[in-house]
Amino acid sequence: MRACDIVIIGGGPAGLAAAVSARKQGIEDILILERDRELGGILNQCIHNGFGLHTFQEELTGPEYAARFIRQVDELHIEYKLNTMVMDISPEREVTAMNREDGIFTVKANSVVLAMGCRERPRGALNIPGYRPAGIYSAGTAQRLVNIEGCLPGREVVILGSGDIGLIMARRMTLEGAKVKVVSELMPYSGGLKRNIVQCLQDYDIPLKLSCTVVDIRGKERVEGVVLAQVDEKGKPVPGTEKEYRCDTLLLSVGLIPENELSREMGAAIHEVTCGPKVDESLETSVEGVFACGNVLHVHDLVDFVSEEAAAAGRHAAEYIHRLKRTKERPARGKTVPIEAGSGVRYTVPCSVCPARVEDKLIIRFRVDQVYTDCYVSVYFDDERILQKRRLAAAPGEMEEVRLTRKQLREAPGLGRITIKIEER
Amino acid sequence: MEKRELTCIGCPMGCTLEVRIEEDGGIEVAGNTCGRGDSYARKEILSPARIVTTTVRIDGAAEKVLSVKTQKEIPKDKIFACSAALKKVQVKAPVYAGDVLVENIADTGVDIIATKTVLE
Ligand SMILES: Cc1cc2nc3c(=O)[nH]c(=O)nc-3n(C[C@H](O)[C@H](O)[C@H](O)COP(=O)(O)OP(=O)(O)OC[C@H]3O[C@@H](n4cnc5c(N)ncnc54)[C@H](O)[C@@H]3O)c2cc1C
Ligand code: SF4
Repeated sequence: MRACDIVIIGGGPAGLAAAVSARKQGIEDILILERDRELGGILNQCIHNGFGLHTFQEELTGPEYAARFIRQVDELHIEYKLNTMVMDISPEREVTAMNREDGIFTVKANSVVLAMGCRERPRGALNIPGYRPAGIYSAGTAQRLVNIEGCLPGREVVILGSGDIGLIMARRMTLEGAKVKVVSELMPYSGGLKRNIVQCLQDYDIPLKLSCTVVDIRGKERVEGVVLAQVDEKGKPVPGTEKEYRCDTLLLSVGLIPENELSREMGAAIHEVTCGPKVDESLETSVEGVFACGNVLHVHDLVDFVSEEAAAAGRHAAEYIHRLKRTKERPARGKTVPIEAGSGVRYTVPCSVCPARVEDKLIIRFRVDQVYTDCYVSVYFDDERILQKRRLAAAPGEMEEVRLTRKQLREAPGLGRITIKIEER
Repeated sequence: MEKRELTCIGCPMGCTLEVRIEEDGGIEVAGNTCGRGDSYARKEILSPARIVTTTVRIDGAAEKVLSVKTQKEIPKDKIFACSAALKKVQVKAPVYAGDVLVENIADTGVDIIATKTVLE
């Protein structure tokens, strides 16, 4: 069986940044396994711009952003295998994969970085009545059809869900000559970035209907129309508010879920809110030596944060390897403190911290549970508030973060728990 | 005097900006929480412009289309002229990211460049 220091599962932006950073920490033996025919992950189909504002201070398209990392992977001579599907990872970190040239093969990894990204919520989970006619696509599938295969899935379109992919596709289909009649959102606010609402909908006079859902899909063979209705506070359609829109295509943009079949089978503890693995300050999962980053860990809206998080995962995996080689075993973890999502916060990543292991700072990323205007993000060490940050606005669609310094953590020796909360002013 | 309503995209606040455009060309912005909202509104009123990203057909490659963009922002009202002109463009692999594929698209003075390298 082949052995390898770090095996990276997935060659999207997360996998690429993790590989580059581990190499820069002096790890020679790295292998990226990617099931697609090229590196870059979902970025290859995201041809719009807006990537990399934080990392490169310029606005790149998805393929351009990916290319910067692919170039580094090439320059650093990091090995990768394309068209290679990882099928299993054992708790002992034996990675089993398959491709045409090698058949089925297993690599014994000293450390594994999970970077498999996410997939779209399927339609089945939605519970829309009516037949199952042709013409219903997930927004990501439509994006792939238009931007990679070069074909337009329909001419008259209704989009369900106002997440970023739905918004981006509203503009994309319009530019390709389709008529996007309406974007319907179940929640009273959009899950997408403000910028996308303005530049993808308002620019093209595409209406956005909030608190609105599909109650019927017309057509047997092919979609002929959809019926939308307003919903009440409980999300139930209000009778009498139905309106029919004629269309031949319905795009669903109803959320992403981290792709964690492999993580689950390996025995990693999964977070019930993010659906990604639970990780500590080193982005290490509950399985020793296995790290996670990017959309497989929690769904990100900005690729810059994916790259930053993945670079940290790569660094921690490298440290793990260095320590393993020095001491032949893992030093005991030391005391671990849980990080809890308090009121107004849906989840935090990481969800625990070992203060002794924190580098110079600890970044805690989280999402709020509703739209807030003028609130405080507060951090509590047990019952004492140690940090309070005013935010003029916070929304579930935009990821938030707080930073704690190593000093803050070291100076609280009896610390039992850290809580992040939203407090109204 | 004309009134326009805009949404600022400067931050998640998404302030609703009330813009008054006077006959003499003076612009007054209200509703912004910070200075960025003011400059955003002025730019949106005086010269709204966007980078356009789309695809053109490509021959001789595994992919059927190649992703492209306008090298700089073009005026907002030229977006459709730009995408219509690109419908007629067909390129041949290999193409390298950054290659100029069309000069001066739709008379905007801006070039169309490839955003991906596609080999034969
Ligand atoms: C439609 C869309 C639009 C977006 N728009 C923006 C934007 O405008 N600006 C911005 O900053 N961010 C944007 N994002 C967010 C950003 O692009 C993503 O967060 C980022 O690409 C996630 O990177 P990743 O590496 O975690 O996942 P991915 O890019 O999904 O990569 C995961 C890779 O793992 C591979 N893989 C999965 N399972 C296996 C397996 N079993 N074996 C082998 N390989 C496997 C996949 O093939 C894939 O290549 C957008 C995301 C989407 C989906
Ligand atoms: S005006 Fe300032 S606070 Fe308001 S959305 Fe724009 S940048 Fe944000």
